[in-house]
This record gives sequence, structure tokens and C-alpha cells, in this order.
Amino acid sequence: MENLRLLFESPVLSVQLLLDGVLIGAIFALSAYGMALVWGVMGLINVAQGELVMLGGYAAFYLYQAGIHPLFAVPAAAVALFVFGWILYRTVVFRVVEKDLFISILATFGLSILLQQLANTLFGADVRTADAGFGTLFLFGGAVTVAEIKLVSFAVALVTGALLIQFLKRSRMGQAIRATAQNARAARVMGVDTQRVYAWTFGLNAAICGASGALVAMTWVIHPYLGLPYTVRSFMIVIIAGLGNVAAVLAVALGLGAAENFAGFVFGAEYQAAFIFGLLVVILVWRRFWLARERRYLQ
Amino acid sequence: MKPLALRRAALAAVVALALAAPYLLPNWRTQMALLFIMIVFALTWDLLGGQMGYNSFGNVLFFGVGMYVCAIVQRDGHLGYFAGLLLGSGAGALVAVALAALLGSGILGLRGHYFAIGTLGLGVAAGELASGWDFVGAGGGMVPPLYPGALGSRETFFYYLCLALPAITLPFLRWLYKGRFGLVLNAIRDDEDKAEAMGLRTTRYKTSAWCISAFFLGLSGGAVGNLLGFIDPREVAFPVDTFGVWMVLMAILGGKGTLWGPVIGAVIFHVTKELAWTYLLGWQRVSLGLLIVVIVVFFPVGILGWARERWPERFGHAVEASPGEASR
Repeated sequence: MENLRLLFESPVLSVQLLLDGVLIGAIFALSAYGMALVWGVMGLINVAQGELVMLGGYAAFYLYQAGIHPLFAVPAAAVALFVFGWILYRTVVFRVVEKDLFISILATFGLSILLQQLANTLFGADVRTADAGFGTLFLFGGAVTVAEIKLVSFAVALVTGALLIQFLKRSRMGQAIRATAQNARAARVMGVDTQRVYAWTFGLNAAICGASGALVAMTWVIHPYLGLPYTVRSFMIVIIAGLGNVAAVLAVALGLGAAENFAGFVFGAEYQAAFIFGLLVVILVWRRFWLARERRYLQ
Repeated sequence: MKPLALRRAALAAVVALALAAPYLLPNWRTQMALLFIMIVFALTWDLLGGQMGYNSFGNVLFFGVGMYVCAIVQRDGHLGYFAGLLLGSGAGALVAVALAALLGSGILGLRGHYFAIGTLGLGVAAGELASGWDFVGAGGGMVPPLYPGALGSRETFFYYLCLALPAITLPFLRWLYKGRFGLVLNAIRDDEDKAEAMGLRTTRYKTSAWCISAFFLGLSGGAVGNLLGFIDPREVAFPVDTFGVWMVLMAILGGKGTLWGPVIGAVIFHVTKELAWTYLLGWQRVSLGLLIVVIVVFFPVGILGWARERWPERFGHAVEASPGEASR
């Protein structure tokens, strides 16, 4: 608890942690929004969400190696992952989409392990990063430092999210996706090809995860095993914010980023992952007791 | 021969084979010991997942806790090797049961996929905590004491030790499923609200089932820690993405909700896994991931589930002529 005292003694440290956390949070919001989309439209909880982020990171890394500036790698990773998500849906995911929810969780968990191991075999277990070549900002006379790349990725994350939302609102396919989310059967009756809608939804989810992965590769490092924490963060954000509430997703994601940063500082970096997973359990149990007062349960 | 006599003869043959195996196949003793542990994994998972409908990804929590408690007792107890192992495994099982009882009402109140993801979080969080905690060796893990006996007797000792685990678990679960307890678990799986409306105290039954599962997992944790001779927090004690998923997969492959399904699934899966390790070196983990996806996507009913559909009369189901039943 030495660090907790430090936190009280120098308030500017809190500003630093808060700022870092909030800037990180926007990246979490992207994959969380993708998870909410897939969950809401297809009724599927995608445990391989974090692996899509990881693959997006590798796409950006290899484009960076090929001499493309990482910022341009963000849309490229999104497009690549869209195609990947589409293929994944057409080969595997469509078989579990209208089955028992546990089967789909287990199948996507299997996918996540498969993708992890594939990445480990193909790309190697080394930690990689795509250096975008930005500097560092000094605020408050140097007391608070912000890496410019974090500001940039924060902005890019917001723009990407806004683009996706506009797509869902305005385009023909977006309307079909929203119609399917409301009632898949009615949409089919009205002539919507729901299999195509599902493939698009999964592709869009993969694309947005890919974009967030590219931002991760620029801001921190990527490695084959980074997936599960991203999945769990997305899940946490979605169960707190609810499906289909964009503002809440963003707010919770920013809050989670800040909370995680504070926890990492107070308990030590080695407990940061434990904090994420422990927080998941605490939130679920808390909500369960909260609902149990009215004899309801999470569903 | 009458079916009962046939069954007894088969059982006697299996028992004799299991007892003689370390002398018949001395090079495979550790592999077979691990196979027995896998059977315990699948059986204890199926107690909740198959019989009660609570699909857990975090049962490795109890396994790892049993392993660590056993190793701590052995390290700090200053008993002899065998007394330490015995007391340590017992203490590990008891701590695991206490943990299950403590977490029970909170975690088992979650249903369906929330339970699945919540237990996943529990398992991973335990591994992360253990890998930061200096008392249990943090990320470096722990090393249980060395086996004091003669060279080569270690494998035989652990073979019989691990053989004892399914040999206790299987008859116990068989007895459990036959009685009222098993019926209550099935009622919870089929419709928990109705079971509760019938006056069953579902939370108590669910917690008891989890405690039973935790007990056997805690015991096997102590044995596996000593068998492998090294405890790594993420890879050995709380390996959510290996043992944690495998136990689900083995139960599903064999047929969940049956007594023998998990055993069959465990045997097939363990043998396949070892073959993959031998012949697909370098790609073994990839092929294992592929195997998981293929089994779950294409064969979710499992071997016994499939057999039950194919020959319902052999499983004691009345065969009805209605086409709806046949197509299910």
C-alpha cells in the first residue's frame, strides 16, 4: 500500500493515471462495441474477440514492416480482418450461431485457442510493436506526460466507432443488421437474407477488432497471448453498459481503462491481469445479488 | 452368459488390467497416471456441466488450490514425504471444498453463459494471483519435495495413487446419480425455477455438488503437483486454456450427462492428444485447438449421446413410434 500513500501525496500522479487510463479505454470500447454488436444481432458471445484484436495487431505490424505508416495500417488491418471474419463465419461460426449458447461459447473458446496457437507458430512468441514515430507531450510544466500516440489512437478509435455507427444507421446493410437484431424471424419474412447479415455482422466485428488491434500494436506491444484479457474486458463493458447503448459502452470503457490503470499502480503491475479477471467475477456476483432481490437473474 | 455376470466379468477384467498395467507397460506409467487424472477431470466437470447444466470453465480453480495447499503443507509441515503428501492432499481437498462452499451462493446464482464466463474469470484470476504472490513462489512456481523411494518406484507409486482417484470418484458418483441427489441435479438442469417451486433448496444442492467436485479436484491437484514435480501457476496449477477446456471437451466428446461418457471421452481425448504430441511435433497445440473446434461444432452430442439416439432401447428408453422423437 506504499503506492496508495504516494497517490495521496502527489495528486498530479492521479491526473497522469486517469489520463492514461481514459486514453486506453477508447481502444477497449472498440472491441466491446463489436462484442455487443455480435451478441445483440446473432445472440452469440464471441470468446475469440481478443484473438481478433491480436490478429489486427499482427496485420498492422507486418504492414509496418513493409514500410507503411502504422496510421494507414489501421484501415488496412480493419479490411483484412473484415475478410477474415467473413471467412470465419462462413466456415465455422455459422454452424453454432443458432445453437445452444454454451456450445457457441465453447466453440469460440476453441477458436480462440486455435488462433492463439496458430499465431504463436506462425508469428513467433516474441513481443512486437509498430512504432508510429510520435513524441511525448508535457503538460503542467512537465508533471504530466502524455505519449502523443495515445492521443492519436484515442481519436482514431472514436472516429472508427463513429464510422461504424453511421454505417449501421444509414446503409442498407446496416438497416438489415438492425432489423435482424430486433427480430431475426420477422426480418427473414421481410426478405432479409439473415445468413448474409450474420456474415456481415461478424465481419464488421472482426474489422473493428482489427482496427483496435492495430492501435494496440502502435500504442503498446502485441504477442500471441494477449487475447483473453481483451475478451474479458469487452464482456465486462457489455454486461455493465447493456447491448446497443453506444454512449454507455464508451463511458464504461473509459472508466474501466482508468480503474485498471489505478489498480495496476496501487497493487503493482503484476496484479493488473488478476484485477481485470477478479473485477469480472465481482461485477457478475454483485449484479446477481442485486437482481436476486427481485428474484430475477442475469439473462 | 447373463448380462449381469458378463458385466461383473468385464469389471473384474478391467480392475485386473489396471492393477497389472504398470508391470505390463512400465514405460507408460506416468502417461497412464495422467489419464486417470483426466478421467477425474471429466467426471467432476460432468457432475456440474452434464448432470446439473452448469457449464464451468473454472473448475481448475479447485485443482490448483489443492495443488498449492498440498505443496505448502509439504514445504512447511516438516513431515515425512508420505505423511506430508497424505496430509497435504487432504488439506488441499478440504480447502478446495471450503472455497467452493464460500463461492457457491454467489457464483452458482449466475446462470447459463454468465456462469461459464464468470468461472472462466475465477480460474484465470486465481492463476494471475498465484503468479504474483511471493508466499507461493510467485511466477517461478513451487517445487514439491523429491520422492524418497528407490529409483523407478516413483512412477509405480504415482500410478497407483492416481488410479485410486477415479476408482473412488466413479463409484461415488454412480451412487450419487442413482439416488435423490442425482434426480435433484437433473431437475435443476431441466428447469431450475420449477425445481425451486417444487420446494427444492436449489442453492444448497448446487453448492453441495460443487463441493463434491472441488473435493476430488483438490485431491487430484495434490497428486498431480507431486507427479509432475513442478508447479507453475499458469501452466500447471490453473491452466484454464488446457485442463480447463479439456475437461469440458472430454465430457462432451464422451457424452455429457452420462456416467461413463466422460470416462470414454477422457480416454479417447488423452490418447489422441498424446498421438498429436508424438506425430505432429511443433503443430501439436494448433492441432489440439482445431480438434476442440471440430468436436464442438460437428459432434456436440458426444459418443454416448449419439449411441443413445441410435439404440435407445439399450439405454432403457421406451422406443416411441412418433417421428418427432426419432428425429431428435
